[in-house]
Order: sequence, then C-alpha cells, then structure tokens
Amino acid sequence: MGILVKSPGPLTTVQDEGRFFHQSSGIRPSGVMDDAAYEAANALVGNGNGEAALEMTFLGATLEFQSAAWIAATGADMRAKLDDAPVERYRAVRVVAGQALAFGMAMNGCRGYLAVHGGIDVPPVMGSRSTDIGASLGGFQGRALKAGDVLPTMKEDGWTPTGLNYEPPVYESAMAVRVIPGPQEEYFTAKGLETFFSAAYEISPNSDRMGLRLEGPEIESRSGTDIVSDGIVFGAVQVPSGGKPIVLMADHQTTGGYAKIGTVISFDLPKLAQARPGDTVRFVRISAEDAQELYKK
Amino acid sequence: MAEMKILPAGDRALVADFGNVISEDVNRKVNALKKTLLAEKVAGVREMIPTYRSLLVEYNPAVISMQELSRRIEATAIKWDGATAETEKKRVLEIPCCYGGKYGEDLAGLAELTGLSEQEIIDIHAGTEYRVYMLGFLPGFVYLGGMDERIAAPRLSSPRVSIPAGSVGIGGGQTGVYPMASPGGWRLIGRTPVQFYDPAAENPVLCEAGDYIRFVPVPPGEYERLKKEGAPWASL
Repeated sequence: MGILVKSPGPLTTVQDEGRFFHQSSGIRPSGVMDDAAYEAANALVGNGNGEAALEMTFLGATLEFQSAAWIAATGADMRAKLDDAPVERYRAVRVVAGQALAFGMAMNGCRGYLAVHGGIDVPPVMGSRSTDIGASLGGFQGRALKAGDVLPTMKEDGWTPTGLNYEPPVYESAMAVRVIPGPQEEYFTAKGLETFFSAAYEISPNSDRMGLRLEGPEIESRSGTDIVSDGIVFGAVQVPSGGKPIVLMADHQTTGGYAKIGTVISFDLPKLAQARPGDTVRFVRISAEDAQELYKK
Repeated sequence: MAEMKILPAGDRALVADFGNVISEDVNRKVNALKKTLLAEKVAGVREMIPTYRSLLVEYNPAVISMQELSRRIEATAIKWDGATAETEKKRVLEIPCCYGGKYGEDLAGLAELTGLSEQEIIDIHAGTEYRVYMLGFLPGFVYLGGMDERIAAPRLSSPRVSIPAGSVGIGGGQTGVYPMASPGGWRLIGRTPVQFYDPAAENPVLCEAGDYIRFVPVPPGEYERLKKEGAPWASL
C-alpha cells in the first residue's frame, strides 16, 4: 500500500502545515511554501486535518501507485500525465493500482503539490509530518525523496469527490505583495523605506525554501542593521548589511540578528512561494489594521 | 527599566519587544511573559518564540484579533508589577565536559591567544554558571550569557566544515554547545557526552530559556563511559 517513487525530481518533500510550538527550542517550522495550493489540494481530496502532501520543485516526480487513490494536483503547472493522459489540475482525479503519474517541468509557478485522500502517512514528529532537511527531521526519513522510496498512504475508506473544484491560479512573473512595516523599520532612513516600497526587486537564483534573496537597489539604514536577535516569522523581510532584502520563507531559522523592514502578509505569501528566479516583486505598504480586515472577508 | 512595546510582525504575529538589549532582567521578563501566556492558554495562539529581548507570539487572526491579543499581552505584563522575576524554581544543569586534546582542539591555541594556561581556561569556563537566554540557529542550540571575558576570543578566520555534536566552543564573548554536527567558526575547547538535541526523545531538546548551565570537567575515560552508557545530567 503506497506510492513508489520512480524518479523524485530535484527537490520533492513531504510537507504539511508545519511544525509549531517547538520554535522556542530552535526547531524551524518547515511546512509547505504555498499554503493556498496545499490547502486546495487537500480540500479537493476531502482532507480536512492538515494531511501531509508532496511539494515538488521546478521539476516534478514520477510516481507509481501500488493501490487505488483519489489525488489532486495543484500549484505550479507541471503538465502531469496519468499513463500518458493529461491530468487536469485543481480537480480530484481517480488513480487505479499500477498507474504511473508523471509530472514534468513547471510551466507556470515553481512548486507543485500532490495531495492524496487520507494524506501521505509518514509518522508525525513533534506534531508534524513536514520534512526539515537541515535537521534531518520528519517527512520521509528527514530527507528529500529518492528513487525507490515507497510513500505509505492510508487505506481507502470509500470517500468519493464532492464536486468541489477551483479555477487554477495564474502566477505572474511581475508581482506585487503587501507588506506591514516593522518590527524594525526605524533602523532605516526615510530614503531607505522609500526605496523598499518603490523599487522592483528581482528574485535571485540563490533562493530556496529558507528564503528568497532579492537583487535590486540597496536599502539605506540609519547605522547598520545588526540587532540583538529576535524571533522570525514566515514572510519577514530582513535586510543584512549589504542592503539587499531577503524574504524569509518556510524553512526560516527561528531567530535572526538582522533588522526586519517589514513582513509580507499571509495572503500574498503564495505568490512569493511560486516566484521563479528572474521574476520581479514590488512591495506595497499596508497597515496591520487593514490587513486584519482581510481575514473578516 | 526597558519599556515593553507591542508591535505587529506581519498579519499573524505580534512581538512584545523590550528593545535592543541583552540583560538578564529583560530576559527574565520575556520568559515570565511566555510562561504566563502559556498558562493562560490563549485561544488562537499557535507559537511563541522567546529571545534575548522579545517574545514573538504567532496567532490565527480568524480566531483572535490583533487588538484582542494585544490587550491580553498588555494585561499579562501589567500583572508583574515592575520587577517581577521568574517565579519558577531555578534549574541548573550540570554538563560534563572533557576539555582539550582531541576533544577540544583549539584549547591550546586559546591558551596562547589569551596568555592563560589551559588549566586556567578550564577553571574559568567551568567555574561560571551560564544563563540560557534563548535557543535558536539550530535545534537545541543555546545562547548562553555570563562568560568571563578573560577567555573571550574571536571566531576562527576559516570556519570548520563540520563540527561534531556535543562540541563546546567559544566565539567572541559567547560560549555554547553544538547540538548536532554542523559547520561552524567557534573555537572548540571541549566536548560533552550529553545530547542537547535528540529528535527521537520525548523532549527532543535538553534546555529551555531561563535554565542555567554549569560545565563539570571530566577526564577522557569518563567522557567515553558516559558517551557509551548515555550521559545522565544532574538538575540541582
């Protein structure tokens, strides 16, 4: 009972919502980069409890199903094929035992998600099935998938799709994301803040699940950006001494010693999670109060 | 006395910040705030990260609003009435450490650098009680405060590619223990058989912020025995 990995792609990991209440011990949250795509995938296959899914990066995996399953592919468009027939994204799809599901290159976006009804059944570690590669923790043996791995899945329970479907998103290569200033915006000059909130920054190829490094105009600080370490959240924009911002993503360290000019709001993080090197991003100021209103809609 | 400010860290976190300081008083307040909020079991709070100078509180805005959480933090802080210290019993962990030789390859160099003998460095290092100000960087990595500046030394100019777990080092004015094998630039003065991070354990991380650590020198034979048998650690 499971899914055999025929070829994994460069970085395919088991992820869920992330590992929480252990960051005070220095343990990173990990978890999916694009929670909108992940949540859609889970909802499509009737998962409601933060079940673990696969996150694939740039190039998808080829998988052989050892037992029948309901699946959904979301996020980046990786032109998935089930035994040579194209698989519609953002739909629940039936796979029968012995079929091969092959994902290709990401044509739009960069991270594809595959959810299976019942979830990928790896053992939870500290309350999460997310893979933390740096700490060799959780997921499938604490590492990225390799050819020959067999991912355990749950036994089918008779669930059938409810007819739910989503319009697949289109990821733009020039994007705008909203940022709440702070908590250390006072470390930057008015000119520095103006630069940050007006320039277009390019996603550097030197970006990963830990953070997106950005190329663009340097952000002027008052007198350096070293601070006494404080806590970090997914979406925090820190500015090291060189003045080039870094957006901290799912695999961020728990604490850091650089001033944070702002934090990308949670609604806009999926755009960054799908950003490819060379894409550009602009940061748009939003107040914490206005951002709260978005949750009421 | 540092004033607490409550600042947004995005749309689903607040940070109760005491300013850009390292002080035991501030760190005690951060710790007390965390423990009190934890005991109050505030609905919608999904994570708290205490650091030297602040407590980051992550929440679910669909469950608790920023304004409400801010009020809860404020109310909790007011209860301390100024100089409230940590209420819990002080926990001191005795950490066996084998200094020098192959266990601490940089001890001889540090002696040369500081003008002290190896034994003097060991006496100073093991003669201090260190406060765990915070954890971060790696799972179980402790930021310790209180090291004697006579044994301070700059980090190595070229960091090692891999440092074994349990290595005890000095970097600048700080001392600490590598909880897992990692690259690093601290000068290694010894090694402990105690596991600061064990992902398979019920409590994967040995220490928490607010604990104290004292290093107890042990000879190589004792280190190897403890390593083999699984090192116990004493709580005073």
